Amino acid sequence: MTGRTLDRVSPAPSPAVAIVRQRAGRDDWVVRAGLVVLALYLAVSIVLPLWTLLSKSFQDRAGDFVGLANYAAYASNPALVRSVLNSLTVAGLTTAITLALAFVYAYGLTRSRMPGRGLFRAVAMIPLLAPSLLPAISLIYLFGNQGLVRDWLMGWSIYGPIGIVMGEVFYTFPHALLILTTALAVADQRLYEAADCLGATRFRRFMTVTLPGARYGLVSAGFVVFTLVITDFGVPKVIGGSFDVLATDVYKQVVGQQNFQMGAVVSAVLLVPAILAFAVDRMVQRRQVAQLSGRAVSFQPRAEPFRDWSLFAACALVAFGLLAILGMAAFASLVTFWPYNLEPTLRHYSFDLMDGGGWASYWNSLKMAGLTAVVGTAVIFTGAWAIEKGRGAGPLRAACHLLAMLPMAVPGLVLGLAYIFFFNPAGNPLNFLYGTLAILVMNSIAHFYTVGHLTAVTALKQIDPEFESVSASLKVPSYTTFRRVTVPVCLPAILGISIYLFVNAMTTVSGVVFLYSPDTTLASIAVLNMDDAGDIAPAAAMAMMIVYTSAAVKLFHALATGRLLRLTQRWRAR
Amino acid sequence: MGHLQAMNSLFRAATAGAAFLGAALAAAPADAKTQLTVYTAVEADELAAFKQAFEAKNPDIEIRWVRDSTGIITAKLLAEKANPQADIVWGLAATSLKLLADDGMLMAYAPKGLDQIAKDLRDPAEPPAWVGQRVWISAVCFNTVEAKKRNLPAPKSWADLADPVYKGQIAMPNPNSSGTGFLSVSAWVQTMGEEKAWDYMTRLHDNVATYTHSGSKPCRQAGAGEYAVGISFDYRGAKVKADGAPVDVLVMSEGSGWDLESFGIVKGTDAPDAAKALADWSVSREANEMYAKAYSVVALPGVAKPIPGYPDGLIQSMIKNDFSWVAANRERLLAEWQKRFDGKTEPKS
Repeated sequence: MTGRTLDRVSPAPSPAVAIVRQRAGRDDWVVRAGLVVLALYLAVSIVLPLWTLLSKSFQDRAGDFVGLANYAAYASNPALVRSVLNSLTVAGLTTAITLALAFVYAYGLTRSRMPGRGLFRAVAMIPLLAPSLLPAISLIYLFGNQGLVRDWLMGWSIYGPIGIVMGEVFYTFPHALLILTTALAVADQRLYEAADCLGATRFRRFMTVTLPGARYGLVSAGFVVFTLVITDFGVPKVIGGSFDVLATDVYKQVVGQQNFQMGAVVSAVLLVPAILAFAVDRMVQRRQVAQLSGRAVSFQPRAEPFRDWSLFAACALVAFGLLAILGMAAFASLVTFWPYNLEPTLRHYSFDLMDGGGWASYWNSLKMAGLTAVVGTAVIFTGAWAIEKGRGAGPLRAACHLLAMLPMAVPGLVLGLAYIFFFNPAGNPLNFLYGTLAILVMNSIAHFYTVGHLTAVTALKQIDPEFESVSASLKVPSYTTFRRVTVPVCLPAILGISIYLFVNAMTTVSGVVFLYSPDTTLASIAVLNMDDAGDIAPAAAMAMMIVYTSAAVKLFHALATGRLLRLTQRWRAR
Repeated sequence: MGHLQAMNSLFRAATAGAAFLGAALAAAPADAKTQLTVYTAVEADELAAFKQAFEAKNPDIEIRWVRDSTGIITAKLLAEKANPQADIVWGLAATSLKLLADDGMLMAYAPKGLDQIAKDLRDPAEPPAWVGQRVWISAVCFNTVEAKKRNLPAPKSWADLADPVYKGQIAMPNPNSSGTGFLSVSAWVQTMGEEKAWDYMTRLHDNVATYTHSGSKPCRQAGAGEYAVGISFDYRGAKVKADGAPVDVLVMSEGSGWDLESFGIVKGTDAPDAAKALADWSVSREANEMYAKAYSVVALPGVAKPIPGYPDGLIQSMIKNDFSWVAANRERLLAEWQKRFDGKTEPKS
């Protein structure tokens, strides 16, 4: 599960299609056929693989059904059980720390008039551009036995829970921040005025007005962070030392010991917290909707120098921490031989001389991310449109919507393993996909489907259903309306989805670590393999290539969007 | 139509739909070159040159390396036994190849020029199932700068490394994934006797800070001063030293474990001719001269020459190595090791 880096939206099925019931025409059948194709696609790329994976956990090596025997073996292995405890510990600690930091940061961004808010917002998003291996590599340079500031740890080792928690805080920070800024951005000025009139102290006002208003955001952010940490594999792989967690156990079972059945069992265990978090999050969000009434007066922070500068100091500290971790990786990739020869060099970027697939893996990543963005956006947006605007076929639309929401609860590692089980057997007609770039693209689209879907749905809901009614009465086929009205209107959201898919496909490790072949090594996997071989500086260099690429694409996207909006969205202005 | 049949046809329709999409996405390379899938544990920094040299001689063949550490490659080969994916295994430990040969997974083949190869560096069977390429020898990387800082003496023997003065200063490869780790363990067992060897490893374990996945990493970590001592192998030590690390590459007085990088053709390969071409090239003088650029003992006599950065007395320190015994006991030793020490390994083991 990855975070929701796009706008938070409520996914409740739309009542917007309040159209007079008509008999389904040819046009409707086209949409319905589209829905069937979509449902089949989602079944093949998500449901069937997961089903195969779960059934594997009930089989022995020969494929015979053995009931819960694998689970019993799992429970009786003290090393594996300890991983559950380890995972819960680091996830709990990370959640507490990230929430505290992100809350203060979000409070500064939304409720104060501290200077530099735009810059702070931009800096906080940096971790989204990097694979989770990057903070772990960087932390070794900072706090390892030869680390720049290892004394700060006062004799504690960075290899283990401390390193994992620090790396995960970096990795999850923007996810928590996005949710909390959304939660804090909406507040009712009148509540604060009332509190002031009643003579409430600043502290009391915070406890009785601010915190309750943000509690759903906090719960939601907490679950997102918790799930991200439980399922992340990059940070503990690089810096975990002997501290095993669930995610590394799956990898160890599958890659190290070729024990697929036990890998399936650990995957099933890994699904539990993710699904739990997902369910609670959905419940919480449903209640969040009613928070702000139509008569609310939106909150405008007044200048308060003491508060503003205190928040500025706190945010600066966090932003500095984020930049230091990124900067350390950039620096490490340019140093000849850390720590003995600090002369600058570019030789660590000669990837062809290292383990992991060389420059080819970088180009593969670009191709994979590009295809994921283009194909994924087309599938997701058209699918969302058919679900939102199609008439009739209610159960089918509901089913598609449900399938689209499912990937959010499935960790990348689990989905990757599920793909092996489903696509690898020679009996599967789709077996030819195995080992190709196409399966990586398919896996990435499935992995990041939900956020794109929700974004598309939100954008589509903004279009008045009148358009469809008018087109229908003018006998314009709905796909023409789609092309001439829907797509242009939703262009900002479409670009948003594509960039989200691109960046996530560039940085993902867990989803694809089981699926790449010698021809389709990826940059993020190369980082992992280089670190494995002890080539830490080249690993940092490749991780930085991913950051530079994601940042460049984001920048280009921002410029392009600005231009496009000026060209196509003029109608929005009055 | 029954429920099950309905499900089935639904499934078939689904897969057909996705197949169409997949076909549109999967760009099939359309050149006529024979693709040769080669499983190897040779370090990546050497592979590019081997590929280039071989393909220059055989322009109709293209090598696809699948490179991982010895343990992983061996596990992969065993796991794929029913439906082998590799055409040829190349540059893997002879102990692993012996295991595969005993399992009947290798195709016996006598490459052109085999008679020139040293007799004790190949499978004695005629024709051989596997042929050695070059020897790699366990060695210790010792960081002199960190040693001075932390007041550590240079170790002279394996026994020295169990001294508590090295507590938390040693990185060692995990024998379950790394061939280098395994050859150290097998050498200790062969030279000390099994009981004493386990006792030794238990004391050594107290000093080991981390067990790594690859055999190179301990030396690289010692080179970077992350730990003072890295149990690794000769080539990596010399290379790290050449990169500018303040390390001494040392051999221990009780003798050094060693293994043979070897190749063997996988039985049932789709590309037997291409695999044989690689086998022929691999025993050639050209290939052996390339091997000798990095390793001090190669299969073709008279080719090896001294290499800077290698420790003195390296070749003399090689223990008497019983490949048959090692292959026969490999699995048992690894299981025992895992049971005793695996808590402290890196995540990937």
